[in-house]
Amino acid sequence: MSLSVNIRKTLGDFTLDIVFETKGGVLGFLGASGTGKSMTLRCIAGIETPDEGSIVLDGVTLFDSEKHINLPPQQRHVGYLFQNFALFPNMTVQQNILCGLYREKDKDKKKKDTEDIIRMLHLQGFENYYPAQLSGGQQQRAAVARILVNRPALLLLDEPFSALDSFLREQMQAQLVDILHSFDKDVILVTHSRDEAYQLCRNLALIDGGHILRMAGTKEIFSDPGSRQGAILTGCKNIVDAQKTGEFEVEVPAWGVRITTAQAVRDDLKAIGIRAHYFNPKALANHYPIFIVEEIEEPFAWVITFAYETQKKNSPPIWWRLPKDRKTEVLPKELGVAPQNILLLYE
Amino acid sequence: MDWYPLFNSLRIAAISGLIVFFTGIFAAYYVAKLPRLLKGVLDVVLTLPLVLPPTVIGFFLILMLGPNHPVGSWFLSVFNIRLVMTWYSGIFAAVVVSFPLMYRTARGAFESFDETLAFSGQTLGLPNTYIFWRIRMPVCRQGILAGAVLAFARALGEYGATSMIAGYIPGRTATISTTVYQLWRTDNETLAFQWVLVNLVISAIVLLAVNMLEKKKTERWSIR
Repeated sequence: MSLSVNIRKTLGDFTLDIVFETKGGVLGFLGASGTGKSMTLRCIAGIETPDEGSIVLDGVTLFDSEKHINLPPQQRHVGYLFQNFALFPNMTVQQNILCGLYREKDKDKKKKDTEDIIRMLHLQGFENYYPAQLSGGQQQRAAVARILVNRPALLLLDEPFSALDSFLREQMQAQLVDILHSFDKDVILVTHSRDEAYQLCRNLALIDGGHILRMAGTKEIFSDPGSRQGAILTGCKNIVDAQKTGEFEVEVPAWGVRITTAQAVRDDLKAIGIRAHYFNPKALANHYPIFIVEEIEEPFAWVITFAYETQKKNSPPIWWRLPKDRKTEVLPKELGVAPQNILLLYE
Repeated sequence: MDWYPLFNSLRIAAISGLIVFFTGIFAAYYVAKLPRLLKGVLDVVLTLPLVLPPTVIGFFLILMLGPNHPVGSWFLSVFNIRLVMTWYSGIFAAVVVSFPLMYRTARGAFESFDETLAFSGQTLGLPNTYIFWRIRMPVCRQGILAGAVLAFARALGEYGATSMIAGYIPGRTATISTTVYQLWRTDNETLAFQWVLVNLVISAIVLLAVNMLEKKKTERWSIR
């Protein structure tokens, strides 16, 4: 099971240039909207045609501009879950699922497969409902059923939770984790949500401006996003220009402080990132006097914005997020941050 | 009362309706896919009959189909078939006049179709013809049906171009609309009024039937 993609496509002044190979399991495409994530999926599925390059799935060439191969979507065996689920509104749940079994000629098998998938996705009792009569979560399950029954060699999920409200989203994420575990083929999940990416994906590709910035294990990406864009995509709130001053030390001119790092700093360092929840009054390293700018209450945490006493006036305040039970009556006058929590950002 | 005009009108409207139904749908489907410039030009050409006076259309048709004109003389010499002043001449007029109604409404329906439905069908392995007839057409049904009804009704009521290329020959080319005109012209108001009533009844039945059909179908798809 492997997918190898190497494609280029120009659309106006936007250029898609994507090269990657899957390593099994769920691969997440994390990027802002309009950066080419969905376009890449569409090229793999055969809905869009790249200008040049090749797409090979399990040894079968789906697309190759040099050999003039461009299989129609019908022959690619790639399952595609659309953002709006794309259930056929004129067909019942059962008829929709039977569309996924169009090629199966054996009537008994058709019947059995349909029953099995309906049971697996908890759609019993809804067989004769039309999509408009289902809730968002049921619609998604019906769409997933229709795709799984088709036995695709690769599953593409395009922002699968964006059409669901937040309560349903968490439920469906949990369900999808189970389904994906039982699906032993490659899966690509497109998302702009770092939570989805973290929960569902073994590997992540950070996408920006039509190409892959970095591809690695999910945990690795989150603990060391490597670039400014990567830090933003993984939800880092505090990103600031910095220069190397020692092997384990950087200077942050805008904050007027020097920061000790755990990782060795390379010469081409451009910036550092510190996640909002990593500041700690008890941390001994990188301990500097601060003053509080603002306190913002969230449902389960406080966001305190602060500035270092040495911070330049035009530099935006720094975010510190602390759980409600850890907030003290009097806020600290100094804050530190552990060296291993400093993200070193290059490019 | 001679019922020939009723039979002839229905026959012309039904046949031209059938022709326009398919040509209009396919024109709409393919024009919607064309590049912008070509689309704009074709759109104007295909919609023109809607805004031209029927007499101008009749004039154009005679220029083409008349026995002394290119298409008409060719048919006369090769097949010995006259294309004007026969009952089926009315079909030519009705097709040209009602085509834009079918074409435009169908195109509007196709353009509002959610293309991801077709894409998901393709990735599931459904053939394109299946997607067209079993998904695209049913989903666009409302617009297509509306277009077909408009086209049929327009064909039934066609007068201007028909009177020019089919004329009014009682028992041969007479339609309801030409008959009404002829009866009024010859001061036979009572009979003219009877034909007006016949026309009203047919139109009402067609519209009512479509409304009922439409309601029954959509109820099942929408939220209870």
